[in-house]
Amino acid sequence: MRRSLTPLVVTLAVLAFFYLPVAVLVGNSFNASRFGGEWSGFTLNWYRRLLAAPEIWHALGNTLAIALVATAGSTVLGTTAAFALDRYRSRLQDAHYLLVYAPLVIPEILLGISLLLFFVALRVQLGYPTIVVAHVTFCVSYVAMVVLGRLQDFDWALVEAAQDLGADAWTAGRRVVLPLLAPGIAAGALLAFTLSVDDFVITFFVAGPGTTTLPLRIYSMIKHGSPPLINALSTLLLTLTTTAVWLSQRLLKEAR
Amino acid sequence: MAEARGLLEPRHEPWITLPSFVWLIVLFTVPAAIVFAIAFKPSDPYGGIGAGWTLQTLRSLGDPNYPAILWRTIWLSVATTALCLVLATPTAYFMARTPERWRHLLLLAIIVPFWTSFLVRIFAWKVVLHPEGLLKRALVALHVVPPEASLLYNAGAVLLVLVYTELPFAILPIYAAAEKFDFKLLEAARDLGAGPLRTFWTVFLPGIRRGLLTATLVTLIPALGSYVVPDLVGGPTSEMLGNKIAQRTFSDRNLPHASALSALLALAVLVPSAAAIALERGRRARQRAEAA
Repeated sequence: MRRSLTPLVVTLAVLAFFYLPVAVLVGNSFNASRFGGEWSGFTLNWYRRLLAAPEIWHALGNTLAIALVATAGSTVLGTTAAFALDRYRSRLQDAHYLLVYAPLVIPEILLGISLLLFFVALRVQLGYPTIVVAHVTFCVSYVAMVVLGRLQDFDWALVEAAQDLGADAWTAGRRVVLPLLAPGIAAGALLAFTLSVDDFVITFFVAGPGTTTLPLRIYSMIKHGSPPLINALSTLLLTLTTTAVWLSQRLLKEAR
Repeated sequence: MAEARGLLEPRHEPWITLPSFVWLIVLFTVPAAIVFAIAFKPSDPYGGIGAGWTLQTLRSLGDPNYPAILWRTIWLSVATTALCLVLATPTAYFMARTPERWRHLLLLAIIVPFWTSFLVRIFAWKVVLHPEGLLKRALVALHVVPPEASLLYNAGAVLLVLVYTELPFAILPIYAAAEKFDFKLLEAARDLGAGPLRTFWTVFLPGIRRGLLTATLVTLIPALGSYVVPDLVGGPTSEMLGNKIAQRTFSDRNLPHASALSALLALAVLVPSAAAIALERGRRARQRAEAA
């Protein structure tokens, strides 16, 4: 059967579409021209200016601190949720599933405004704590879904075997269940971490005056700031994430 | 299910369920209810929420501005979804038919650009579409657009960037469905005399319909709620519901008004979701009836 060339052509076009803006961005980060319309020579100037911009590094520190706390909280809540959803069949779990699932299919802006109104109604001062609470809330569902996926392949007979060999419930949980599920829980935690680090919309709604995170900083730089600095910052971030993902893939392969 | 004694027994159910259950009731359900409630409240001049109840806020949605914005939100989202499906289906088809070791690489190539921050991806388009930017110069040189035309701050730019941000989320579910599709069926249809287009429409598309349905929902829903894309690359003539919600919240500080708009957006999201669920149920019922 002769195959049509259309799928190949569309795929190549889609890849070009995906990489064009990224390539322009990386190229411009080394471009001496401020607006990047034309090439006016190679420079590392923007990177130097970036290193000398303390407010960006301060925002990055805040973002990482928020992400760490939010990841810890949502991993605990998401993992217990996944266990409950996997182990029990009841009316309570039907409602529980709906609760865990709904935040995944609601536009971010609705989560953002509803949390803002909630905090306003309770007269809670907006700031870093409200950002952390909001991040935990939207990350729980993602962690729960990832862990639930792994639990569906989990063989509870292994726990029974451990208990037949004399392990008590606590030991079986700690020495059998947790190690076997650790990769799933880690994957969920990693997802929560990246979602928290990258979140702009929800953070924007629940951040107080003077609170800053990296996405909030980047947003105000896009609105009023210096384009070349964002180019340099994005290139650095892209290099970092690519290296991190590449490394974790290598490690996973070696582990196998 | 195997018996794991003393571990997650029925009597443990409340203890393991309650943490996430209570957290989500308090921080998801209650806030959602508050949005609907505040839509019936008056605003006070200090940017807070007034006392008593009123229908005034809801009535103000009849303002002639809003139907236009709602309509634009819907057509931009539907167009985004349609374009994503048109681009994602051939791509997913190609990926699923690629030999295994290339397939993994191709999948990675689709995902890598999306490891950059969401804001940065939108910003990159702002640079590409900039009046002094590469694309504008090329298009003017080729006489495709007049020199005074703007590629930014219009509905076209919003649509382009929405497709850019949503496309991978359309490709992934369609690819997952296409990967499980039995491509021998296409050959069988061709052997029985069907042309390539007919084979594609009557064999391949129905075969991956679950993937298409998921792709439609995961692109349509975020597009309906989009705020950052029209905010950064759109202009006053390409505002969407999300922009108005943010404006009412931050610029005018009229929270009841923002709530009423959010309730409207929630309805706009619920309609296609409910339709998709009904479609899936109806289909299953029909299949069962046919099997019986």
